[in-house]
Amino acid sequence: MMSIGLLAIAVGMNNHAREGPGATGKAANPVLNCLEWFGGIAEFFFQMVRSATRTPFEGRELLRQMDEIGAKSLPLVALAGAAIGVVLSLHTRDSLIHFGAESILPALIILSLIKETGPIITALVVSGRVGAGIGAELGSMKVTEQIEAIEASAVDPRKYLAATRVLACMLMLPLLTIVADFSGILTGWLANELVEPMSFKLFLNRGLESTDIRDLAPSTLKTVVFGFIIGLIGCYQGMGARGGTEGVGRASTSAVVLASLFVILADVVMVRLIITVFG
Amino acid sequence: MSKSFGDQKVLDKIDLEVARGETLTVLGRSGTGKSVLLKLMIGLLKPDRGGIEINGVEVTGMPLDKLNRVRKTVGFLFQQSALYDSLTVEDNVAFPLRRHAEMEEEQVQAQVSALLASVGMLEARRKLPADISGGMKKRVGLARALALDPPIVLLDEPTTGLDPITASEITDLIADLRRQRSISSVMVTHDVHGIKGISDRLAILNEGKILINGTLDHLKQSRDPFVSTFMLRSGEVN
Repeated sequence: MMSIGLLAIAVGMNNHAREGPGATGKAANPVLNCLEWFGGIAEFFFQMVRSATRTPFEGRELLRQMDEIGAKSLPLVALAGAAIGVVLSLHTRDSLIHFGAESILPALIILSLIKETGPIITALVVSGRVGAGIGAELGSMKVTEQIEAIEASAVDPRKYLAATRVLACMLMLPLLTIVADFSGILTGWLANELVEPMSFKLFLNRGLESTDIRDLAPSTLKTVVFGFIIGLIGCYQGMGARGGTEGVGRASTSAVVLASLFVILADVVMVRLIITVFG
Repeated sequence: MSKSFGDQKVLDKIDLEVARGETLTVLGRSGTGKSVLLKLMIGLLKPDRGGIEINGVEVTGMPLDKLNRVRKTVGFLFQQSALYDSLTVEDNVAFPLRRHAEMEEEQVQAQVSALLASVGMLEARRKLPADISGGMKKRVGLARALALDPPIVLLDEPTTGLDPITASEITDLIADLRRQRSISSVMVTHDVHGIKGISDRLAILNEGKILINGTLDHLKQSRDPFVSTFMLRSGEVN
């Protein structure tokens, strides 16, 4: 219920951003706003896929976006992963000692990071940095007629601007997640090393004893879906911005709020799905 | 052709025609729908009623692929120039060439240099739009609009917001363009002074309707209260 309430508020922000010459001035209905938003983003998605599958492909712009979204998010994601690794180590160590199970600390840190914490933290960090960036950039392009100028140049902005960003998010999220996982494992070991010296190799061996590819692959690959959500919502909110700089701000904020919310909701669904399929 | 936004009727049964090689200027107060008129012509907006024909082909409701073929024949200078923030001046001008002209990169660069030289912006080719003035942006926007050598050009307020000297330079550029290339153009503006000598025909748009359509002299002699007030305030009649 809380999620639905948050969604209604966030979509309300979005629809407010869409006020303009076409606004009818009718009272906003949260349910209708939600339905309108879902209809709008679904239509946007299908139009984007249709235009993206037509030649010529925007390879140059895709590479630029992969650099912008992936390489430039790397330090932030690594830092977030590192902080989580330390926190996991600090929090769990005392509890495990209490039960005489400190030997499973490496496995607990590694499993926590690769199965859930790494992917979700990466997605939320990227949602904040990239989702806001896409919403603000495209929103600014919309209100300054740059998107119309692209259309007037006989180029489909859904292909040039949206498809490239969505695809770049989908491709870069799993790689960033691996970086966050590794960074967290490294700092988790370091935090442990300070109180109980153990070589990194031994820490890894102990952790990986109870881990296999079925733990790593589905959890890392689910971030492709997170990337899709962040990219699609960022582009939709940005390209729908109206109302000058205020509208750009609203588009940017709603992109972050909605993307974060849908990433968390998608995570719940995918964890259930992964457990069902892989056990 | 008619167009409304919500309850606001912006264009009401507009009927205009532009002959090949002719320059039509649409005058009117700010916010009367002049820019909307241009955007309708190139399919950026759809009319509520009526349609638009370019070279005898109906473009309203045309599939995007076909519409894009038509758009390649139309250059558009936007009111705020609408240069792409993330691209340099030369990449802005090269944008349509790289996508639509079957040229090698060296040819694209040569063409971009020629276009920038024609608008006096060659030295600023490596700058970003944020680093150049409003007048310079208009020049680059004009170069980009002409990149594919279009037979039709749409100009949205080409001199608005510029100082008199820069506005006069832009007007001269458009006049040169008319002399050098056989283009049909539609220009919208409220700057009557700036369009003298570069328009074959003028129309005045007010409250969604075309009040008058003719030469400058024709407009000066009009007895329509809005037209005579507009000309008076523009300093064209005493």
